[in-house]
Amino acid sequence: MASPMRIRAAAKDGVTEVRVLMSHVMETGQRKDSSGEVIPAHFITELTARHNDKLVLSAEFGPSVSTNPYLAFKFKGGEKGDKVTVSWVDNKGDSRTDEAQIA
Amino acid sequence: MNHQRRDALKAGGGLGVLGLLATVGLIRPETAHAAWNEQAFGAKSLDAAFEVLGAGKPAVSDDVVLNTPDIAENGAVVPVGVVSKLPGTEYVAIMIEKNPYMLAASFTIPEGTQAEVQTRVKMGQTSDVYALVKADGKFYMAKKEVKVTLGGCGG
Amino acid sequence: MRKRIKAVAVCVGIALTAPASAQEELNFDAYREMLADGNPAELYEMEGEELWRTARGPKNATLEQCDLGLGAGVVAGAAAQLPRYFEDAGRVQDIETRLMYCMETLQGIPSKEIIDGKFLQGERARLAALVAYVVTHSKGEKIAIDLSHPKVKEMYELGERTFYYRLGVMDFSCASCHSQDGKRIRATQLPNITTREGAAEGWGSWPAYRVSSSQFWTMQHRLWDCFRQQRAAEPIFGSDVIIALSTFMAGKGNGIEAKWPGVKR
Repeated sequence: MASPMRIRAAAKDGVTEVRVLMSHVMETGQRKDSSGEVIPAHFITELTARHNDKLVLSAEFGPSVSTNPYLAFKFKGGEKGDKVTVSWVDNKGDSRTDEAQIA
Repeated sequence: MNHQRRDALKAGGGLGVLGLLATVGLIRPETAHAAWNEQAFGAKSLDAAFEVLGAGKPAVSDDVVLNTPDIAENGAVVPVGVVSKLPGTEYVAIMIEKNPYMLAASFTIPEGTQAEVQTRVKMGQTSDVYALVKADGKFYMAKKEVKVTLGGCGG
Repeated sequence: MRKRIKAVAVCVGIALTAPASAQEELNFDAYREMLADGNPAELYEMEGEELWRTARGPKNATLEQCDLGLGAGVVAGAAAQLPRYFEDAGRVQDIETRLMYCMETLQGIPSKEIIDGKFLQGERARLAALVAYVVTHSKGEKIAIDLSHPKVKEMYELGERTFYYRLGVMDFSCASCHSQDGKRIRATQLPNITTREGAAEGWGSWPAYRVSSSQFWTMQHRLWDCFRQQRAAEPIFGSDVIIALSTFMAGKGNGIEAKWPGVKR
């Protein structure tokens, strides 16, 4: 099972900044292992972020997003204690959802 | 959960993975709906990627700002930030010209979210990095060269 | 013949100019700054925090009673004062060996399993995550190891001797690469560990997340790799030679802020 994300969300002057670290190999499908076999592509394809129930960002990743992806973005509003939820799905159908409270 | 998922994948055969997962209720339908843009991520040239995204020949705009270091110590992780000052920015994409596939990531910006995203990408070599932005239905872009030093012997 | 000479001359010209221009451009400050915020080492720190609080091992205990030198369960600031001498263990321990000691005494996880294990695998990988957790709680602390303790001082001196000791088929010592300013291997700048700042830079930026391999490396891992690169015999995990070198670097860098955990190329 995929490891948890680290989500940090902080509200300041009416804007919430969200920073997310995801634990994922982001394998490109272009590398070979020591025996010369191609390592199959394995990467996050889609991501959504919500503030309470409102969608605040959706993203699509390709395999050239770095291993253990980082994402930062800002949305208007958000109060301390509100919930920020981030979900991702990868090309093998694995998924992960984590949430954090706005600090 | 994981077992179910694997079985579902096996049974799925030709069906789209995400669609299938949605039908068996394993992921939220709206996530699956977004449908990863395979064509855009498969584009092997900048022009092809622009075309798939319907961007044509985007105009260079000073209101699109690329935040990257001038030189990256390792191409495996290159920080890239995009800020669009264009009103009505609804979409941002990051492209690396000399990567085998141009498009690295794209972001759909709903109303209320600032057109300011940051992520990290892999770069095979020194290359121009492009930010493509869609604002009020029109496409704009900015580019910046990032030098990549590949070096060292594991030290 | 003349043509060949010309070709050689051109190559030499390139070889001579390339390093000069490369030197000017090798400023990675902006790059490193952008990576420091959102260092993927945080993912390991999270795992380590969970491991610290999880009852595990034959004794089914957590590590919450582990004494890292500031009292049972005190994590904040502990890493900045390591290595230190521990009465209960009867030796100077660095962060890895201290955690290993706690895992064995509190949880019953045999140290042998970690010592004989492999980097990034099994209990040694879990130990690395615990290291990430502990060092993060000394972020911004000044390095403050107790050199007044005779056992620590002894380790420091042993470390200093090791630093200058030439060994292996290449007849290398740590000092071969780390005793002058401005040295580098390809694009990697090498700290001058004979200076206070250089020692603090070396000591204070590991453990680190390495972007080239997407792995989290502890100082035991880093120093093991230094020996490997010198084509020397590989040191045993947790052995005194590594603790001695660590004590030497930490002691020399005393008083300077540590930047744990680091992020490296």
